Amino acid sequence: MHAISYAAPTTVADAVSILAEHGANARMLAGGTDLIVQVREKLRDTTVFVDAKHIPDLMQLSVNADGSATLGAAVPCHQIYGDDAFAGQYPALVDACQIIGSTGIQGRASVGGNLCNSGPAGDTIPPLIVHGAVANIAGANGERTVAVEDFCTGPSQNVLGADELLVSLTLPKPAAGSGSHYLRFIPRNEMDIAEVGAGASVTLDGDTISAARVSIGAVAPTPLFVAEAGEALIGQTAGEAAYEVAANIAREAATPINDMRGTIAHRKHLSFVLTQRALRGAVARARGMEVGHGH
Amino acid sequence: MAGANATYKVIGTRPVRHDGVDKVTGRAIYGVDAHMPGMLWGAVLRSPHAHARILSIDATRAEALEGVHAVMTAADLPDPGTGLAEGHESGLQSMRYKSAGLMARDKVLFEGHPVAAVAATNKHLAEQALELIDVDYERLPVVLDVREAMQPDAPLLLDDLHTGDLFTIGGSDATGGPSNIASRTTYEEGDIGAGFAAADRVFEGEYTLSMVHQGYIEPHNALAHWSADGHLRVECSSQGQFGIRRELADHLQWPISKITVQPLEIGGGFGGKTTIYLEPLAAVLSRKSGRPVKLTMSRSEILRGTGPASGGYVQVKIGVTHEGQITAVRAKVALEAGAFPGSHVNITCLCALGCFKLDNFRIDGFDVLVNKPSSHAYRAPGGPQGGFAVDSLVDEICSEMGFDPLAFRALNASEEGDLRANGTRLNRVGNREVIDAARASDHWRSPLGSAPGRKRGRGVASAFWINATGMSTAVAQLNADGTVTLHEGSVDIGGTRTSVAMQAAETLGIPVEDVDPIVPDTDSIAHTHVTGGSRVTFATGWAAIEAARDLRQRMVNGLADHWDVSSNSVVVEGGLFRQNGDTVSFKEAARILDGDELRLVGSATVLPQGVGNAFAVHIADVDVDPETGKVDVVRYTAVQDAGTAIYPPYVEGQMEGGVAQGIGWALTEEYVFDDEGRMRNVSLLDYRMPTTLDVPMIETIIVEVPNPEHPYGVRGVGEIPIVPPLAAIANAIADATGVRIRHLPASPPRVQAAIAARQAVHPTAWRRRAPLA
Repeated sequence: MHAISYAAPTTVADAVSILAEHGANARMLAGGTDLIVQVREKLRDTTVFVDAKHIPDLMQLSVNADGSATLGAAVPCHQIYGDDAFAGQYPALVDACQIIGSTGIQGRASVGGNLCNSGPAGDTIPPLIVHGAVANIAGANGERTVAVEDFCTGPSQNVLGADELLVSLTLPKPAAGSGSHYLRFIPRNEMDIAEVGAGASVTLDGDTISAARVSIGAVAPTPLFVAEAGEALIGQTAGEAAYEVAANIAREAATPINDMRGTIAHRKHLSFVLTQRALRGAVARARGMEVGHGH
Repeated sequence: MAGANATYKVIGTRPVRHDGVDKVTGRAIYGVDAHMPGMLWGAVLRSPHAHARILSIDATRAEALEGVHAVMTAADLPDPGTGLAEGHESGLQSMRYKSAGLMARDKVLFEGHPVAAVAATNKHLAEQALELIDVDYERLPVVLDVREAMQPDAPLLLDDLHTGDLFTIGGSDATGGPSNIASRTTYEEGDIGAGFAAADRVFEGEYTLSMVHQGYIEPHNALAHWSADGHLRVECSSQGQFGIRRELADHLQWPISKITVQPLEIGGGFGGKTTIYLEPLAAVLSRKSGRPVKLTMSRSEILRGTGPASGGYVQVKIGVTHEGQITAVRAKVALEAGAFPGSHVNITCLCALGCFKLDNFRIDGFDVLVNKPSSHAYRAPGGPQGGFAVDSLVDEICSEMGFDPLAFRALNASEEGDLRANGTRLNRVGNREVIDAARASDHWRSPLGSAPGRKRGRGVASAFWINATGMSTAVAQLNADGTVTLHEGSVDIGGTRTSVAMQAAETLGIPVEDVDPIVPDTDSIAHTHVTGGSRVTFATGWAAIEAARDLRQRMVNGLADHWDVSSNSVVVEGGLFRQNGDTVSFKEAARILDGDELRLVGSATVLPQGVGNAFAVHIADVDVDPETGKVDVVRYTAVQDAGTAIYPPYVEGQMEGGVAQGIGWALTEEYVFDDEGRMRNVSLLDYRMPTTLDVPMIETIIVEVPNPEHPYGVRGVGEIPIVPPLAAIANAIADATGVRIRHLPASPPRVQAAIAARQAVHPTAWRRRAPLA
């Protein structure tokens, strides 16, 4: 048994100084849907819980004048899909927010928390990557930004120093003619962690793909940005032949493991299948068609 | 609502269940709710290794921690001696093994094997104290697969166990050296050589299954208080307070008269709570500390440390004529006992072939030790493993030879007078009626339909289940207001308070609302066997009938005295008593007899014979995503002979529950071990039981062929519905994709790999192989 303490700073600076004081014993608490469980199961030795939800910078959600958007690190999933202006620009992220946990969990769990938990299967990370999101980090030595695809460094590991926290994410304005989609594969229809997840964003110029990004999750120590898959699509006509090329690249990029959630062979195969499906969904949305969020 | 069954007034109706309000309002007291003043919390130290010798245990540091009141190891349990324990569901069990299973003495045999336990002022302290117990292990090689464990050079779990030491059914066993094969069961009739010679085609298949858990939501629990006068009181949820008392007495070598077990409401058991894990540990910790001690398990402790259902290996060979007549069956089954003897392979052998009329068969079962949790009963224990194999091969025969699978089952159906595997004969059973009802069902007659991007298929499977009996007690106590308090010894796990009370009400001719069923502690009613084996509505219902008859006769005698006539001139009609023009209602009779203590209580303890066997046919439609290997069950119909459905909603509920668990076994549930025998998926996130979104609405068709032996025709209903889903779903997958799944669960990686392998050979072979109906 050991004592724990709880702090509720109201500024980023105060939060940074608490983190700097307690080092690895302290951890930011947003929805707590990962952190509390991990501490209870003795997977983390956190003794100082620093509540993120009283810091305005971490709770902001806005589409800015230049069309980019700012997503505070502690904003829960339900606010994201409940905000029409934001949700309309980032449908892949909305897909993820709607399949994480139950409605109750979505009322607590935050995208920033999901990113900082840095699980290889974190559902919001591939969408952030395909949306080109950038992490805004504050720490004892000031502020810095890191592209989301460079944020995670290993399972449950990331670039944050002990005195740093994620303040917000900046998502660039999608170009006209863009669409995005994220989906995952789980063996059940609910209550599960992705065996593989895949996100894609595309920009269409007529039927030609002018820009594309692809990211896959749960197939490597970190969510993967498969830049080559997106690049291979540029200049191609949107359609099955192009998707297959990109999906093959994603399959080759995947370096999964065998565990209780899936096998290497199945995960590599799913990397292919889900990349195809994510691209189909992204292109359909770019053309203004409805695509359901799904597994 | 009027009863569906015109013969009866109460039976077949759908009253509000007696325990319903307490359960939906949260007022019911479950095992984990139990609390006593001054109570300590316990925690159990479990082995991190699947096979190791214990060199030393040093609890000095734990005992020194402030707030720790007691620490125990196996040395605190009495020497179990060399005798046999009674009452184990799968045959005799060595008391020494049972004791070693409770807490390891010299060796740990599975990851999660209890090694020590502590009691402290709160749960966190108890858990902290566990970290201060130093155990020195010498690790030993593990064996995890039954076929490897049966090899002569396999690592031995129990180096003094010889095959047949405990029991053997059929033939004798040469007692060679020690073996991981604990026992063998053989059932044989006719001449299988001649049977196969008479066959036009012979089919063979090998099948394997993973270990699975019952998945009850309520964790195991025990609150024990060993008082200063030597009386041990235990409050816990279980499938039978008398079984808990018996096992406590055996383990602690303490007289049963000095042990009281109070049954609390149970949040699911499915067979897994017919034994004990925590109660003796809480008792010893209470004796050592002088305080009440409570123990509960976490989900990972439940998965690692309790008794799941055996996985294993099944080999089946069936000979059949061009006309579809089965000429011979040969089967071998090896089931995982886990760390100690006691898989239910003997019951697999008894039931696996029961749907078919067979002149020539031989089935051998092997109970095989492996370094996994010690297996225990799970709904129709031993049934699903055999059913999966036999009904998969039957489906393959039908598919290959072009038979309608239900017509094939009808042609080969066992019926009254036919032999069961153990040489006894069937009485009147509903096998044929169940097959006919399945053929007439809306599901079977409906077109398959389709979904975009999916391959859809339909499968069927059937099952035979033996059902159990056992001693049961009921006491019917007449109250002055004309109601009856019904004490009955069976823990209510599937709604049996009501189904038992309905039989008493029917017998007495009163509304079931006037019967108040109560499940008392072990001091307050005579012995009653566990709630298991689909026996309670059958056997405890029978006890309630006899107790009601006893009460009714006493009331007749009392009214005869009141009217000053002889007893046999009092006529009972429904709930009315008549004598020469005088008629009194049941309530009036109660008022007349108020204070007449001779007339107020009827009781019965019964051990009924005449168990009615159960039959079922299930139909499953599945959608397979050929790209991912994911299987969704999109339509499901369960048909079952219930004998007489006393309370139809419970029969339907049992059928639906069995199907849901069967879907899990078929598609997603499995123990995943690493090479060292450590379970990898110790949470309900990764041990994947089906959610509501994984189970379709289940259509139920109750067939009623009354059991001629039971006063109201009851057959057990609870277990059999878990048997057919495994093969029905595997057969539907085969119908959809042409891929025959021979290992369960049919998880997406396995199904996708099988589809890919088949596509490599038959790139265009997507069509269903043969029309089913």
